[in-house]
Amino acid sequence: MPQIAQIAETYSSQIFWLLLTFGFVFFVIGLGMVPKVQGTADARDAKISGDLDAAKAAFARADEAEADYRVRDAQSRAAAQATLVQAKAQAAKASETRLAAADAEVAAKIAAAEARIKAASDAALAEIETVAADAARDMVARIAGVQASDDAARNAVKAALAHG
Amino acid sequence: MAESGKIDPMHQFAIEPLFGTDHLSLGGFNIAFTNSALYMVLAAVVLWIFVIGGMKRELVPGRWQMAVEYMTGFIKNLLIANIGDKGRKYIPYVFSLFMFILLANLLGMLPLGLVGLHPFTFTSHFTATGVLAIMSFSIVLIVGFAKHGFHFFSLFIPHGTPALMIPPLFLIELVSFMVRPFSLGLRLFVAMTAGHVLLKVLAGFVINSANASPALGLTVGTASFILMIGISALEMLVAVIQAYVFALLTSVYLNDAENLH
Repeated sequence: MPQIAQIAETYSSQIFWLLLTFGFVFFVIGLGMVPKVQGTADARDAKISGDLDAAKAAFARADEAEADYRVRDAQSRAAAQATLVQAKAQAAKASETRLAAADAEVAAKIAAAEARIKAASDAALAEIETVAADAARDMVARIAGVQASDDAARNAVKAALAHG
Repeated sequence: MAESGKIDPMHQFAIEPLFGTDHLSLGGFNIAFTNSALYMVLAAVVLWIFVIGGMKRELVPGRWQMAVEYMTGFIKNLLIANIGDKGRKYIPYVFSLFMFILLANLLGMLPLGLVGLHPFTFTSHFTATGVLAIMSFSIVLIVGFAKHGFHFFSLFIPHGTPALMIPPLFLIELVSFMVRPFSLGLRLFVAMTAGHVLLKVLAGFVINSANASPALGLTVGTASFILMIGISALEMLVAVIQAYVFALLTSVYLNDAENLH
């Protein structure tokens, strides 16, 4: 086994060259280069996790905005509903008052027309009385030759008319 | 049977000085640039090139940058899972350890023998794995004592131990703690050595049976070759798993040092 057979003449050279080459590996590569490589990887990891956090935060903000929008949407819907109800009530009230006013006007017109009719019929009745009284007086003068008074003739006519 | 003597499954672990540096020395110690050292340098350079590709630092990574970041992220997750957030500061060390061992294991598996080169797996030498294990163990000791002082010894006394049991348990825990660098280094060395020996033995079967007779070559040789394909795939897995085990155990031990029990 050369490892044992040659140990006396080779151990110093083996140890020397190993320390030299491993020293180079450790000081130049291990201490000089590896931290930079690892630093790059760490920086990338940090950037990725930072970006992910930012995305997550943006997502949360979007959710918040949506919830806010929903609340405001519901609020405006309710407000619109209220306005609608109010408008309906106002419209109903307004049409009611107008209807009442129109009713009143119509009633007034009817009353006026009835009054006119009554007046016209009264006038007609009065004319009939006058004519009848005149006729009664003429008849009394012709038949009895008595000049009947105006009042008497009128009363007689009234009584006759009342009896139908 | 004289032919089989030519194929030595252990020869792949032989260390040979390269480029005539046999007698290069430092302070009386030989530091020849060997094939083992060459593969250490290769592992370091390949790792360097690999990580350079991950240095573009783009927000949206390309494939290469993604691959490098995947590896550092893998080590980061391993450390955070075992130690917690305090484990981040060990990313450079454990990453270096894991990738260096992984590339050493994988580069040693390259089929360079096809073009006449001799691939070498320096993690199959306990002189190399031992250094790595002692390094991890030393870091555990340094961190443990620097953070907790002598309180670090409470690591050897599990919670709720009756007073009478403290001395024997302390001893057992101490031994199991002191064995850690050996288990860490030997596990990697043994796993890599065993796999490579097995592959070379099977390769020897293929060559020797084919040389013996066509009938043996077709039966034993073909069966061995099919087995080799499967075991090569298994060895790729072992190469990754052993590097992972080394990094995982290092992080588990670091957790003891960092958090005690």
